[in-house]
Amino acid sequence: MNYLTLIMAIPLLGAALIATLPQSKSLLAKQFALGTTLIAAVATIFMTTKFERSNTSLQFVESYDWIKAFGIKYAVGVDGIALVLIVMTALLTPIVVLAGWNESEGGRWSTKTFYILILVLQTMSFGVFAATDVFLFYVFFEAMLVPVYFLIGGYGSGERSAAAVKFLLYSLFGGLLMLASIIGLYVLSGEQGGHTFNIAALSQLEMSSTTQNLLFLGFFIAFAIKAPLFPFHTWLPDAAKSATPGTSVLLLGVLDKVGTFGMIRYCLALFPEATKTFTPLIITLSVISIVYGAFLAIGAKDIKRLIAYTSISHFGFITLGIFAMTTQAQSGATLYMFNHGFSTAALFLVAGWMISRRGSSTIADFGGLQRVTPVMAWSFFIAGMSSLALPGLSSFVSEFLVLVGTFTRYPVAAVIATFGIVLAALYILIPVQRALHGPTEPGNENLKDLNLREKIAIAPVIAVIVLLGFYPAPALNIINPAAAQVVTQMGFSDPAPTHGGK
Amino acid sequence: MSEFISPTLSYSLLSPMLVVFAGAIIGVLIEAFASKAIRPIAQVSVSIGTLVLALVQVWRIRTSGSTSAAMGTVIIDGPGILLQGAILIISIIAVFLIADTENFAAAAAAIPGSQEERESIARGQQVTEVFPLTLFAVAGMLLFPVASDLITLFVALEVLSLPLYLMAGLSRRRRLLSQESALKYFLLGAFSSAFFLFGAAYLYGYSGSVSFAGIREAVVGGTGNDVFLLIGIAFLSIGLLFKVGAVPFHAWTPDVYQGAPTPVTAFMAAATKIAAFGAMLRIYYSVIANAEWSWRPLLTGIAIITMVFGSLVAIAQRDVKRMLAYSSIAHAGFLLTGVIALNKAGLDASIYYLFAYGVATVGAFAVVTLVRDSAGEVTDLNRWAGLGKRSPWVATSFATFLLAFAGIPLTSGFIGKFSIFSAAYESGSKAVVIAGVLSSAIAAFFYIRVIVLMFFSDPLEDATSVLIPSILTRIAVLFSVIVTIFLGVFPSPLLDFISNIAIFIR
Repeated sequence: MNYLTLIMAIPLLGAALIATLPQSKSLLAKQFALGTTLIAAVATIFMTTKFERSNTSLQFVESYDWIKAFGIKYAVGVDGIALVLIVMTALLTPIVVLAGWNESEGGRWSTKTFYILILVLQTMSFGVFAATDVFLFYVFFEAMLVPVYFLIGGYGSGERSAAAVKFLLYSLFGGLLMLASIIGLYVLSGEQGGHTFNIAALSQLEMSSTTQNLLFLGFFIAFAIKAPLFPFHTWLPDAAKSATPGTSVLLLGVLDKVGTFGMIRYCLALFPEATKTFTPLIITLSVISIVYGAFLAIGAKDIKRLIAYTSISHFGFITLGIFAMTTQAQSGATLYMFNHGFSTAALFLVAGWMISRRGSSTIADFGGLQRVTPVMAWSFFIAGMSSLALPGLSSFVSEFLVLVGTFTRYPVAAVIATFGIVLAALYILIPVQRALHGPTEPGNENLKDLNLREKIAIAPVIAVIVLLGFYPAPALNIINPAAAQVVTQMGFSDPAPTHGGK
Repeated sequence: MSEFISPTLSYSLLSPMLVVFAGAIIGVLIEAFASKAIRPIAQVSVSIGTLVLALVQVWRIRTSGSTSAAMGTVIIDGPGILLQGAILIISIIAVFLIADTENFAAAAAAIPGSQEERESIARGQQVTEVFPLTLFAVAGMLLFPVASDLITLFVALEVLSLPLYLMAGLSRRRRLLSQESALKYFLLGAFSSAFFLFGAAYLYGYSGSVSFAGIREAVVGGTGNDVFLLIGIAFLSIGLLFKVGAVPFHAWTPDVYQGAPTPVTAFMAAATKIAAFGAMLRIYYSVIANAEWSWRPLLTGIAIITMVFGSLVAIAQRDVKRMLAYSSIAHAGFLLTGVIALNKAGLDASIYYLFAYGVATVGAFAVVTLVRDSAGEVTDLNRWAGLGKRSPWVATSFATFLLAFAGIPLTSGFIGKFSIFSAAYESGSKAVVIAGVLSSAIAAFFYIRVIVLMFFSDPLEDATSVLIPSILTRIAVLFSVIVTIFLGVFPSPLLDFISNIAIFIR
């Protein structure tokens, strides 16, 4: 059964269906979009049940010739890491559609267009995680910029077009560097036994260390911009502030994961030697991201910017985990990607509701929400606790795994990164205290609490956060074999503990 | 006195060109004798009929190959036939745009602002000489990439250029600007023709032959005087680089693109490029390939400067036609990387790129003809603000072409860029690839800026209106959009087709 093609086709079909609706039926467009994304989510979960967890090779593999002249194939397949991210995408999209039911109304264009863009984006997100042909990956990687660009620029707020352009130019620049590297790989493969873009075949190529380093950098910079890693992060706060909350969830929750996923799938697998050369530098950048992002977040006055900065810090943890090259850190990094999707979704969605009710995104304008809107306040609180990795919530598991895994190889980096947790407590607790507690600030007295639709939207997110916090095994069982495989393929084995059981 | 040998011609292989020449002459006769009422419709039908018939002929001979079709002055081979086909397809959609005679001067010979001009407008007079001129230019373009000696090449160059000089001056509105551009184009073009002839003379001096075969033999033998060869190649190249608008021979491009009537600009930008690059590919790939040490480093430099310069200067443009002109300069640079590649992949990639770029260019200029106010076309970019709101389909089409120019995946431009850069990389010209990638990033900036303007800005007060497109213009835009996207998603059929038959015969 061609599950992957199927789940990629569902949103596209939904988009085509919505395109045929008349302009005036905006409610119907919303319902269609919700229905489509729910069907896609169900199909994805069904696919996950068919996934063989202990099997470390790619599953649900499909491969057809696409452009024969260049050896390009439409080739898809997933391992545990890709699967988890696809599941995350499939679950987050219907939540975004439901939570942002009225988001499309402040836009330049119709509601219909908004949902077509969202659905096209979903197809491309599935594609980018599922592709096993580098060229196909690149096509999705670049093409998905277009819907996001129109989502930010067309439906956002404030300086939306400037933010959209900044986002697009940063990403295109990175993408073009990657294209140069892909061309390099293509030519090398042609010299060594025939043009191909198959990842497995490309990872066998022989190349000089200079070539490998240059090609690695082309990929890595593209992914570091996307992730984003210090110093390539400056586009993110603007984009997140201007986009609608739902778009921000997809942007930070799904799109940015393409960067960290790409590091595992492409940088590590294709250029093992170069990865080792650059690891010290990347570990340093990750640690800087963790601490710097946290400080920026502490200083942020705007809720959306604050969440964007916290993400920079979190992406530092993910990158740290990926390049630490131990199985715990690798598993932790992937689980972190999944968890970060949900905790950011919770933060952005609740923050979005708070902002639309209050008409301001400045933290200082809020106060005492706990009394006025208890459900909303509690949701924000739980989301915040998840973001600071409170034990018992899902992010704790992943952050702990990353730190433990990193410590065995890079103790100094792990120790500095641990300070990130302390700073996280600051950047979450300060806004929680200002916005939720204390006397009710003038202007907040009459805010309405979450309605039923919003409660239904946020409930599954919080459920995932809490359940995976207590019992992360369902996710880890899928991730662990794949993560171990990545580490072994790189030629690493976990360092033995320095103290035996005495 | 030597005996006269009557020439033997293979009419079958030459038929595409002969058909177009004949159509052009019929067009002249119609212009002279047909009544005012039926002239426009007759001209349009003759032009389109001629071009379609020629295209059918090209299809018929697609697998033929011959060096003796016209006494050794013309080589019919795969690349030549592919380029002829591309030129004809582009010309057909360009004629669809030219058919909107509203864009052309009522009486081109009248002095702008004169009594004579006012009278001709008052009488509702409309000359339609643009159609036979177009056909003559097309005929020259068809001959240019298949010419196999320097004299034929020069004749083809002049046959394609002279009508274009005239056509550039035919604009109905802003006639002075149009005539100025025509004069500029003519003077600089004449100058470059002189360079071309000068180079041809030196190559003759070097090899003792004007035929490509003779020159190639001399280059391979390497017995001639290298100074003559170098001067010959240099000056011949100047003539050709002028036609494609490569830096530093690009100065005419923005003025002519801006001044010429937009349908003519579309035709000129797309078809001339194909013809000129076609001739370049033949000369560099097959005639002087063995002297690559002499031209390749220099051409590499020109390619890099051309793409960087075109992309950078385009950023500063405020006029949509000038922006497209600089973008075409940047694309000339990208296309030069295909010439530099000097391998089969480079040849295939160049032909693919030329076709994809040509179609998108005609489409983009077709959209420009639609955006107007009461005084005619509006080319000031600021007044394109909010176009996406008022005419979503027109703006979406234009955005598609811009994304193709920028090389975004799932458009024809991306496949073109990938294939041409990978061919250049394969041949070892990594510097060109890196420069190409970086200038693509710069170029993306100004393409995207136009998209921002159309979709994310609010319309200005003195709103421009979008003309309801005529059925022919609509077909032209729709065809271009479909081809641009189709070639981005399913490029295989065309790539395979090109790869199978694009082999130079000598």
